[in-house]
Amino acid sequence: MSEEGEHQDMMLKLMKQHTRKAMSTVPWANALGIELTNIEKGRAFAKVGWREDLVGDPETGVIYGGVLTALLDNLSGFCINTALKKPMSMATLDLRIDYMRPADKGRDILAEAECYHVTRNVAFTRAWAYHDSRDKVIATAAGTFALNDITRWASGNEAMDIANKMLGEGQ
Amino acid sequence: MSSRADQLQAFLDRTPFARFVGMKVDIEGDNLIARLPFQEMFIGNRAINALHGGATGAFLEMTAISQLYLQSDLQRLPKTINLTIDYLRSAKGGEDLYAHAIVHKLGRRMASVRAEAWQGDKDKPVTALQAHFLVSEEG
Repeated sequence: MSEEGEHQDMMLKLMKQHTRKAMSTVPWANALGIELTNIEKGRAFAKVGWREDLVGDPETGVIYGGVLTALLDNLSGFCINTALKKPMSMATLDLRIDYMRPADKGRDILAEAECYHVTRNVAFTRAWAYHDSRDKVIATAAGTFALNDITRWASGNEAMDIANKMLGEGQ
Repeated sequence: MSSRADQLQAFLDRTPFARFVGMKVDIEGDNLIARLPFQEMFIGNRAINALHGGATGAFLEMTAISQLYLQSDLQRLPKTINLTIDYLRSAKGGEDLYAHAIVHKLGRRMASVRAEAWQGDKDKPVTALQAHFLVSEEG
């Protein structure tokens, strides 16, 4: 395996070990109760529980669409970490969300995101939110993210910081 | 019969998410300016002191819905069909966010709305949103 490939595997392993921690360093993800549940190469999975104070329509009890926006934005950004060959920080350029159906009152919302292409400056993502499976989605998202050199822009992401440090020590 | 502005304010007052984030609206005639007083929980990246894109996005969507509600006689809330958010500049932690929205088209079934958020300088928006809503009372 190439050195780059080894680094990528090592980063992924470290991120997996710190899956729960990774989101807890993002205040807005914390405030909404977004929980990262699993990661794979190029993919990330998360969950947000139904909460009374996140309701957007008092008549129906349906969770506010903005919570899905935050969930899909956050997860899309995060999944890029698992697709990169070296740690970089990212900023959302644009995010498009399509709402297929309202979320059910009282149920957890699951989400998954994939980073399907990375260039030197930009990462491209897709994401889905649903209750049970991708066969019946609540919302889908398409995102583009600007990639920045991590030495100039600190990531603020604890798991990535740890991975970065370890890689630095390994060299 | 209360005014449309009062109805909008009443709606925001009883919407849990609007209360949760502490969104305020200033209504002048048919237009509004929304304000989101800064809270620590809106941060997305502590290292660079930036607000979370999901926080500005959620605020802009609520602004667009509010403006649409204000200038229509809809009895039910518009339902979001889709939205695109452009992140133009980094939104800074510690500063309040402001936003306004323009309804480009209000049809019988659909509405198209654009909203922009800024911090210090209105001419330098930090985030822009373009959204479509279902406004049909039957649907």
